[in-house]
Amino acid sequence: MNKFLMSTALTMALTLPAAAATVAEGDELAETQEYNFWLLDAIKTTDPQKNTDVEGSDVLRQIFEGLMNEDLQGGMIPGVASDYEMSEDGLTYTFTLRPEAKWSNGEPVTAKDFVYGWQRAVDPATASEYAWFIELMNVVNATEIVNGEAEPNTLGVTAIDDNTLEVKLTQPTAYFIKTLSHPTTFPVLQSVVEEHGDAWTQPGNLVGNGAYTLASHDLGVQITMEKNPEYWDAENVILDKLTGITVNDINVALTRYQSGELDRVDIPAGQYPRLKEESPDEAYSLPYACSYGYLVNMSDKGREELKDPNVRRALALGLDRDIIVEQVLQGGQRPSYNWTHWAMEGFEVPEIEMASMSQEDRTAEAKRLLEEAGFTSDNPLRLTLNYNTSEDHKKIAVVAQQMWKPLGVELTLNNMEWKVHTDRMQNQDFELARYAWCADYNEASTFLDYFRSTGSNYGEFNNAEYDALLDEAVTSENPNEQYTAAEEILAQELPIITIYHYAQVDMIKPYVKGLPLDNVMNSWYGKDMYITQH
Amino acid sequence: MFGFIIRRLAVAIPTLLLLIIFSFVLMHAAPGGPFTQEREVPAQVLANLEAKYGLNDPMWKQIADYVWGIVRHFDFGPSFVYPDRTVNQIIAQGFPITLTYGLLSFVLAAVVGVTLGAMAAIRQNTWLDYLAVGISIGAQVLPNFVMAPILVLIFTLTLGWLPGGGWSFQNADYWIMPVIALGTSYMASIARITRSSMLEVLSSNHIRTARAKGLPSRKIIMRHALKPALLPVISYLGPCFVSMITGSVVIDMYFSTGGIGKSFVDSALNRDYAVMMGVTILVGALTILFSLIVDIMYAWIDPKIRY
Repeated sequence: MNKFLMSTALTMALTLPAAAATVAEGDELAETQEYNFWLLDAIKTTDPQKNTDVEGSDVLRQIFEGLMNEDLQGGMIPGVASDYEMSEDGLTYTFTLRPEAKWSNGEPVTAKDFVYGWQRAVDPATASEYAWFIELMNVVNATEIVNGEAEPNTLGVTAIDDNTLEVKLTQPTAYFIKTLSHPTTFPVLQSVVEEHGDAWTQPGNLVGNGAYTLASHDLGVQITMEKNPEYWDAENVILDKLTGITVNDINVALTRYQSGELDRVDIPAGQYPRLKEESPDEAYSLPYACSYGYLVNMSDKGREELKDPNVRRALALGLDRDIIVEQVLQGGQRPSYNWTHWAMEGFEVPEIEMASMSQEDRTAEAKRLLEEAGFTSDNPLRLTLNYNTSEDHKKIAVVAQQMWKPLGVELTLNNMEWKVHTDRMQNQDFELARYAWCADYNEASTFLDYFRSTGSNYGEFNNAEYDALLDEAVTSENPNEQYTAAEEILAQELPIITIYHYAQVDMIKPYVKGLPLDNVMNSWYGKDMYITQH
Repeated sequence: MFGFIIRRLAVAIPTLLLLIIFSFVLMHAAPGGPFTQEREVPAQVLANLEAKYGLNDPMWKQIADYVWGIVRHFDFGPSFVYPDRTVNQIIAQGFPITLTYGLLSFVLAAVVGVTLGAMAAIRQNTWLDYLAVGISIGAQVLPNFVMAPILVLIFTLTLGWLPGGGWSFQNADYWIMPVIALGTSYMASIARITRSSMLEVLSSNHIRTARAKGLPSRKIIMRHALKPALLPVISYLGPCFVSMITGSVVIDMYFSTGGIGKSFVDSALNRDYAVMMGVTILVGALTILFSLIVDIMYAWIDPKIRY
């Protein structure tokens, strides 16, 4: 690298095309451009810094816009930021904001609005449950502010001028750009928040900068959003109205889809094959960035028997995942022998020996390992599996119980209410626990960080080599090498017995266009969609 | 009677206070809290949240602050799970919905139930009696969680006449199925109680005397039979009315009405202490109020009852 480049910041200006609804050739637009989507439950808040839910994020992406958006494949494309530069050391990002970006009240969106939003997220006075997200992004002083050791205005984010935002990080962070479509990083207008207090998110008060404005919000009934004429790309937005309709029962939601009240719903477990056959152009199974498995308690409170890696291996080998996904779930999920979802961008699933074995061989090996550990049908290993109330969890648990029984494992199923289940996991009060993890951004570290010694990691898995690999990945040119190596450690140590990678199994009306079918994060934007004649 | 009402109202206040204390203590004894999530909230963030909502105070102070907030400003506090809503707002949105379909269901259940029961008793062992009993049994064996999907199948999917769910005060189409689904099983119970009570009264001595005196049947039934026959019905109607207007989880969930019944269950599952307390107090207060109204109606119907 020459001296000039060494002495000046390395410029990585990326000017990318911004997406908007593009009508495909031959598609004729319907007269009414309205999209009715399903919400399982009430939207808890329309405050970007206080939201914690996936469904809340779906709504927030319509009424606010961050620095970056996601395209139909999950790649990052410009949002309010038209481009950005990264310094050579990877510690400073400078974003250029669109001067044409406006709030729904007509005021321009400025760098100060992002600074305010980000500071608000970490400010203890806001009490945001997602304050940790700004810490995860490694923004300077985020942790100190959350801990009350520094003032919010010391956060490493600065408005250089109205259209230039500078972000300073504590360490190079490969996934930083991918975090910028997350609602926690959306801007909010300070004057509106200060004028209305907690009620600033109510319809009539809320001022957003997204392609839609909040028209009404009846808690637990429906939320409606209408096209925002002030949005910088409003002329390319085709859908006029978005309505999120709450239906608390997935089977009822399917009925309402069939009656034409909803344009998209999830398919109840086990019904995908039938619906695919009946309506092949409406039933979809899309990869979805979540993984499911049985977490092993490896803490001091855990069972001694489960600290033997061979016992954990036997349990992992003994589960016929193909039967679980093909016979129980029947929704296009994939059996998993590793933790990170297979469809995460850039991630290569490592070769795991167990994955290439036949189930017969796996079962025989499992039996051998358990016998070595002293467990047979006559002297069974007695374990308890905790799971929270859900028909699917119950079905899988019963199948696991039956699959492990011939190996000499007697599994007691312990069904409990959601909060009790979570509380027990967090207090390491379990032997095996049903668990699932969903990605916050489209990169493998969102899964792998969970098993760091300092991660959430309820089973208290602790491996120095694993931690070192993930530390190395942060500054690595190709972090997927470290991610693959880290997965190999998980496959050896098995702090979780993975079972399947999620799929989003949906019914979508054929006249709805522009929904992402190849984005593992399933993040959708009304501004990219349209309705055809039907 | 006036003294009785005053005494009952005076007892209501300590009753509600005890209800608050018991509910508060029980809620906090349940494992997990409002911020317990699959993804653990970092300790410092949790501390910030608890400080914001006063959850780090001793329990006696939390209860005292809560009661003081209600007494001073009728303020039931903020929801912990819906951070931009107060409990007052949640109840103000959900309760009118529940009240609307609850009241209509009650009227349906009471009017049709009493009419069916009375007709069945008057025309005992005729086709009318068999029909009324048949309808009652049919309605009884179809609880609302069975009735709701049947109604949707008929009126939404097959006929396309009514929306499958949701709520609108302006459009009565949204009310019809929740009212029928909630009202029918209560209607069946009322019909059965009315029928058996009416049969008992019709075979009593004073009715026989009235008949012997040659009083017209209509007069006997309306003036001498129906009123006493309604006493057990009224005992049933009091709690029935409270449970109808304080919400049905099944109706709220199946028809996504946004009513208060679902809020009650959600608040318990989410450990949303403030919402749960608010709804508990609402249900408690209404229960006390309507049991008093039932007692007053008793005295009106049967002047022999004295308080």
